[in-house]
Amino acid sequence: MKLKYAYYTGCAAKGVCPELDQATQAVARALDIELIELTAASCCGAGVIGELEYDTQLAMNARNLAMAEQLGLNMMTICGTCQGVISRANVALQHTATRDRINQGLIGNGGIYKGTTGVLHLLWVLVKEFGLARLEQAVTHPLTGLRVGPFYGCYILRPSEYLGFDDPYNPRSLEGVIRALGAEPVDYSGRTKCCGFPIVLENESNAMKMVGAHLLEAKGNGADCLVTPCPLCHMNLDLYQGKAEQEMHRKIGLPILHLPQLVGLALGLGPEALGLRRNMVDAMQLAADVGAT
Amino acid sequence: MRIEIEIERSNPAEGQPARFETFRVEVPRHITVLDTLIKLKNEVDGSITFRRSCRSAICGSCAMRINGRSGLACDTLVEDELHRFGHLRVQPLAHMPVMRDLAVDMQPFWNRVEAVNPWVETAPEREPAWPVERETLMDQAAVDEMDDTSKCIMCMACFSACEVSDVDTRFLGPAALAKAYRVVADPRDERKQERLTALNEVGGYWDCTRCNQCVQACPKDVKPMEAIVHLRREAINAGLTNTAGSRHITEFIKIVRSEGRLNEGRMPLKMVLSDPKKLLSVLPLAVDMLRHGKLPSPIHPPIPRVKEVRRIMDKKAK
Repeated sequence: MKLKYAYYTGCAAKGVCPELDQATQAVARALDIELIELTAASCCGAGVIGELEYDTQLAMNARNLAMAEQLGLNMMTICGTCQGVISRANVALQHTATRDRINQGLIGNGGIYKGTTGVLHLLWVLVKEFGLARLEQAVTHPLTGLRVGPFYGCYILRPSEYLGFDDPYNPRSLEGVIRALGAEPVDYSGRTKCCGFPIVLENESNAMKMVGAHLLEAKGNGADCLVTPCPLCHMNLDLYQGKAEQEMHRKIGLPILHLPQLVGLALGLGPEALGLRRNMVDAMQLAADVGAT
Repeated sequence: MRIEIEIERSNPAEGQPARFETFRVEVPRHITVLDTLIKLKNEVDGSITFRRSCRSAICGSCAMRINGRSGLACDTLVEDELHRFGHLRVQPLAHMPVMRDLAVDMQPFWNRVEAVNPWVETAPEREPAWPVERETLMDQAAVDEMDDTSKCIMCMACFSACEVSDVDTRFLGPAALAKAYRVVADPRDERKQERLTALNEVGGYWDCTRCNQCVQACPKDVKPMEAIVHLRREAINAGLTNTAGSRHITEFIKIVRSEGRLNEGRMPLKMVLSDPKKLLSVLPLAVDMLRHGKLPSPIHPPIPRVKEVRRIMDKKAK
């Protein structure tokens, strides 16, 4: 049966990282996964709105989830942070008392949330619903010889009680995807750590020390690039990499790919289709090295 | 079953740097990491050094890094670790100097806890005369609010797991800030504003990056990061809005209310406009972003049905 999802882009893929939205849609087309975009969905709150207004964040996500529910579809996210926040909201909204309280605020809007929508990140869709064996078969341009460091980001892993997918201390899903694409996963301790993005505007120096440490560790272990399922991690690792280099007094130059960009390369999609030109750290050379044109 | 365990051994006082020593030992199937260490100490090498007491996840003595994860050795099964990682490697907690093997000098941790004055303070004139006639009554909601943070057993697993503490020794860390919230939330405490003001500085609640490592590591479900988030909320509600952290939250909410989404082109602008030095430092980055088509317009049309989002946000803001 054809896979079909209510597609929740989140804010970053509509703002700083349009290449993430573009690459996701290109990969979905190539894999024959149908995406119905939730164009009226709001920001998930990113945990930031919830810091001050927990119920507001919950209600915004109940509204988002209700949109997918009305389509009779599970929601697919492409942002680790959205996944963490919406997963958690969905767990909270399974409690009837909480759901009833939150739904009070939704009356008069597009509809209330009954609690029946599942929320899956693209990474989970690939591993659990599409299947790694099928992905391997779909690969037309295996990324042979490419050494890829997985960078999970916090919210797709922790707190694991709300997510229930990967082992937060020893996740395997990105490694599985990397192998299915013909590339080789690089092990390094930073793969499950924080990129520091939430404090980059408040405490850039600390955030850049975190970025620098993870990038240098991955590079030291032989990574040609990193892949991340979170555009906020992508911003800190890619967009701010120059600042991290200043902080560490070292040139790093490690390309950072969004998950669908890496998948797309193995499916034979070109750098243009995957928006690789937008990546701040040059990823075009890497694309050329693996034979993408 | 016959297992292998790698123990990080060191004795800095005698100039022995850290190295892993591998022990092979026959153990019952459901043995904990702590009982394995005790067995090794009793039967193989009496010099293996670690802290332990209750063996029941109550005292908090035996926290260490087990396959990289900070947690209690007494509530970790060897078999689970071997199943998850294929190996078993124990190391002392991070962010504190090692005294010997798995025992660390806890002083840096205690210094942080002390720094938040983790006791309830009442104005002297309202101190009940001794002997007190009856207990102070609290309503259940107030008790519930303090419940998570009251469960802390000071095992230091969260401090060891804290990622900001990896890069900044000034950060008070999860346990101390959770303790601070425990007191701030206590209706008997009369220094709430003072406490929030003191922790509104460098090293306080705004330095947390919300990585959730402490929540994941805590063996008692204290959820230290949630306590830090509560401190931030209390601070903003108490009028402490002079920090970048506070502005980040309030501006984020304003932008989402106006557009339905976070406009990443507007957010940093709000953060740097008030600070010319910062503005200058981000200009080269902004130019580079523009070159890569990654600079969103600061003015963006709102999402369809944005009014619904505004209604939700306005309702809760009351």
